[in-house]
Amino acid sequence: MTHWLIAPILIPLLGGILQVFMGYAPISLRRTLAIATTVLMLVSAVVLLTLASDDSYRIYAFGNWQPPFGIVLVLDRLAALMLVLTAVLGLFCHIYASGGADEGNRQFHALFLFQLMGLNIAFLTGDLFNLFVAFEVLLIASYGLLMHGGGTTRTVPGLHYVVLNLAGSALFLISVGIIYSVTGTLNMADLAVKIPQVTGSNLNLVKAGGMMLLVVFGLKAAILPLCFWLPKAYAKATAPVAALFAIMTKVGIYAIVRIYPLIFGEGAGELAHLGMDWLFPLALITLSMGVIGALGADSLKTLVAWQVIISVGTLLAPIALGSVAGLSAALFYLVSTTWTVAALFLVSELVANQRGTASDNIVTAPKMRHRTFLSVLFLIGAVAAAGLPPLSGFFGKLLILQSVEPGVEMAWLWGVLLVGSFLTLIAYSRAGSIVFWRNVDGHLETPEPMNNRVSISTGILTCLTMLIVVLAGPVSDYTRATAEQLHDSRGYINILQTPVHIPQNPLVGETN
Amino acid sequence: MELLFALVIGALTASGVYLLLRARTFPVIMGLTLLSYGVNLFLFATGRLATGQQPVIGTAASYSDPLPQALVLTAIVIGFAMTAFLVVLALRNLADNENDHVDGQREKPSPPSKHEQEVSSK
Repeated sequence: MTHWLIAPILIPLLGGILQVFMGYAPISLRRTLAIATTVLMLVSAVVLLTLASDDSYRIYAFGNWQPPFGIVLVLDRLAALMLVLTAVLGLFCHIYASGGADEGNRQFHALFLFQLMGLNIAFLTGDLFNLFVAFEVLLIASYGLLMHGGGTTRTVPGLHYVVLNLAGSALFLISVGIIYSVTGTLNMADLAVKIPQVTGSNLNLVKAGGMMLLVVFGLKAAILPLCFWLPKAYAKATAPVAALFAIMTKVGIYAIVRIYPLIFGEGAGELAHLGMDWLFPLALITLSMGVIGALGADSLKTLVAWQVIISVGTLLAPIALGSVAGLSAALFYLVSTTWTVAALFLVSELVANQRGTASDNIVTAPKMRHRTFLSVLFLIGAVAAAGLPPLSGFFGKLLILQSVEPGVEMAWLWGVLLVGSFLTLIAYSRAGSIVFWRNVDGHLETPEPMNNRVSISTGILTCLTMLIVVLAGPVSDYTRATAEQLHDSRGYINILQTPVHIPQNPLVGETN
Repeated sequence: MELLFALVIGALTASGVYLLLRARTFPVIMGLTLLSYGVNLFLFATGRLATGQQPVIGTAASYSDPLPQALVLTAIVIGFAMTAFLVVLALRNLADNENDHVDGQREKPSPPSKHEQEVSSK
């Protein structure tokens, strides 16, 4: 049992607690410590990635309880990939935030670190109820972050976001309760053993529980009927927060990828592939809805927020089909799209700061400062998001297209994805040409100066898409191995047999 | 006991959902609170309803499952914190928009009542 597994949770927890008590310390000290915490978290995530790439499962059993008793953390390739994805994203958002966005709220860094902690718990946990707790931890931090910053425009979207997620939590608890009442366990590996044995009238109970779980994850991931809270909430949030929230919808997708192939996978008898036949059409409609929203967006941030929904649809379609190649392609695209969308949120905010009252609205305005720098960043982000060669979005979408086997699904997926990408391209070109090219005479009243931290973090996050292209071979090898590991649920079930650490002297408690 | 318990959960959930769909933040908060009561009772019932039994395996022939009780405790704590936050958020909504509507809409100015007209004419 290696203790590294707890590091990505403990580091932001301790760093966050430190920040809570340092609310009145000088801001430079707070920033330095907060960013140092995020860097440490990234280091621990990379260590876990190297640990996980030997295809084995590692567990961390709290209190040395042999699973399925007690709560376990489980590290596999998928968890490690998500940890690194989050840590890299968190680091650049954090550096951006320290460029000035963190002023005005003494607890910004604490909330930010707690948010990262909640995400890491969600990715590492091997227990269904613990997943619920992780969701609540990351949600309550996200409520605070969403309301961060001045202005009254955030109150109403924030209220909607909180109420919706509270209703979602209630549903989550109900479905966990139903599943527990039938199986008597909440450990994911144990559930994978117990659920195929369910028979008779209990079968329908488990089916209801599983479908309700899918609704909850759909709410987090913003699948179509549950996605209308997202554009307003994300477009109104401060840029680094909106960029960090790019990973929040992916948590819902992660939960679907983690739970459904494992618990309701091929070995689940009558419950095999539960809900997946619903997920595929919903994913395609979500994608279309996102494209329509992007075409109608009136500001850059709203455009990017709809891009989040487009990417959710694009990701879930191959996941719902359930092939190894599809899952691998989806994971590749997940890495690419998360960083790209986050970078676009940051670029939108930089553009908004340089345009005075026109802000990030897609209207003609006087020429902005730093136009070349910002327009190049926007171009890179837009090309990666729309999926044009040579950037990583293209490779992600290509892998997704290749992964479908010929048939009705292929026709639907190819049609919707290709037309959708083309229309996304139109939305971005329209937005970019109006914002950057069509200028009117006049001058802006004192645009906000751009500092190094802001511009460098945005620049690097945008250019990560090129890094993915350069490293496309290793990354796609990794995602393919991840998909194979996920597809074979026996490995995960075997963690029940993993012996946990046994005390050297078992009599120590009796020598009282 | 099962029937009574089920009816209570049903009533709580139904009233909770009804209130959740109201247009003012106060009923919405009350609705979420009632809903979480219903959910907590439901979670409690997943360990099967039994009285006078010990919560630890091995000390009696039949036992009452302690895990749902632990789950309910966690859910209560989380629900309490969330409700507190939601109340503060609703108050801020009231302060920002001078209105308790969930969409923050200002109410259309209603024509002054007769009494007010009389007061202003004097």
